[in-house]
Amino acid sequence: MNPTERPTGWAAPFRELGRAALFLLTALAHMKISWLQVGETLRQIYFAGVRSLVIIVTGGFFVGLVLTLQTYDTLTRFGAADAASTVLALSLFRELGPVLTTLLFAGRAGTSITAEIGLMRATEQLDALDLMAIDPMERIVQPRLIAGIIAVPALTLIFNLCAILGGVVFAVFMMGNEALTFWSGMQSTVELWRDFGHGMLKAVAFGVLAGWLAVYYGWTARPTGEGVALATTQTVIATAISVLMLDFVLSAFML
Amino acid sequence: MNELNPTAIRLEHVSLRLGGRPILDDLSLEIPAGKVTAVMGPSGAGKTTVMRLITGQLKPDTGAVWLGEHRVDSLKSQALNKLRKNIGVLLQNGALFTDLTAFDNVALPLREHSGLPEALIRRIVLLKLQTVGLRGAAELYPRELSGGMNRRIAMARAMALDPDLMLYDEPFAGLDPISLGVSLRLIREVNQALGTTSVVITHDVGEVAKFADLVCIIADHKLVASGAPEQLGQSDHPLVRQFVDGLPDGPVPFHYPAPSLAADLLLGEENAQ
Repeated sequence: MNPTERPTGWAAPFRELGRAALFLLTALAHMKISWLQVGETLRQIYFAGVRSLVIIVTGGFFVGLVLTLQTYDTLTRFGAADAASTVLALSLFRELGPVLTTLLFAGRAGTSITAEIGLMRATEQLDALDLMAIDPMERIVQPRLIAGIIAVPALTLIFNLCAILGGVVFAVFMMGNEALTFWSGMQSTVELWRDFGHGMLKAVAFGVLAGWLAVYYGWTARPTGEGVALATTQTVIATAISVLMLDFVLSAFML
Repeated sequence: MNELNPTAIRLEHVSLRLGGRPILDDLSLEIPAGKVTAVMGPSGAGKTTVMRLITGQLKPDTGAVWLGEHRVDSLKSQALNKLRKNIGVLLQNGALFTDLTAFDNVALPLREHSGLPEALIRRIVLLKLQTVGLRGAAELYPRELSGGMNRRIAMARAMALDPDLMLYDEPFAGLDPISLGVSLRLIREVNQALGTTSVVITHDVGEVAKFADLVCIIADHKLVASGAPEQLGQSDHPLVRQFVDGLPDGPVPFHYPAPSLAADLLLGEENAQ
């Protein structure tokens, strides 16, 4: 079957899922380590990760700010304003950090990966690689997939850090709370493995998912302007839905 | 490849349908080793499809494609990749990698397959770029070059590994007369200096005699004529005559199948009322 032909009929979603799974297995089977590959992977980590920093840092800071604001307001009604930092840290490490980072990553880097691969197909660059006996799976798909797997957890760490900073800015500098209370509340309740470790595991799983869907939709994009536009939209929608679903499944197993 | 078989490429009774549409029907074709062969025919006749069959990108529904002693359509991917290292292909739009400079585009197959030290690769790349007249553009990106220049860089890339077989898909499209002349000469020189078998897919009836030893004309899903350029010029085959003389009326219809214009126009008026 031509990779750019989409399955039709009532079973189309299942066939699409099967094709995507087969694509991932093929990509994993074609993985190869060489200096050329390492260089290309680092370049892709830069494009997918470092160039996403602005949105991650800004997003993280304001999420921390607004989350602390809302939590502080609610907890004050119950006389438990001191627990705001605990709620902030737990909700960030366990859920919001990995999920929001992946959603932002899909919007910034996932779409760019999809569009790049889609355009490479449209302009026969993938054919050219194939004709030069260079495996496009190895040269194009592998570095971008690995970049997603590495970038999402790294960006999650940075997102969490910036969100905590946002929380400090609101609770300590704007509301005048004791910094010691803020930090000690967080330290005494957050468990390294159960809260932080599980969150990072989620981030790795979401990285695999986001990288996989971005390269898959790029690879299967119809080689036209409209086809590439559709593929980038599908990347965002599919990543958002599957990350939220996977988040529930992982949370259920981890708690 | 050339020493083993005087016929470099052989297509035997090849039929192929794409998207339910017949592209080739029982086409048989032989391309001699060490010669420049032009494959010509009207648009949509299946010329590029023939090239994709030769490179193993497409497999025929029936029939066989032979490259020397290798049956391309039944090769496994590893064997096919080994064979492709001996094939240089110039695709229709050049297909240069837009994130690499002209130098890196030409160096890519060398870095990947030759195992040569970087200093030697640099020399080879500069010599290839010099051949196509673009050594000075080595550090430019494809977006900074014209369409014709991109195709010349792509030609240098296709020749980088000095392959036994060169396939050119419309190499003269978009070239100015100077570049066209240089490209024609280059195709001939590569063929003569290295004994390369060259297959050139082209529409350019006027130029074909300047570079081709043999011309094959594909129309109506099959091979309709083959021979030396001057032989085809004298052919009285109606399909060949229509193609060579560029006549709108003949066995190859200019118009895509449609109801009569009068019926279409009248239908439009009825619908408007």
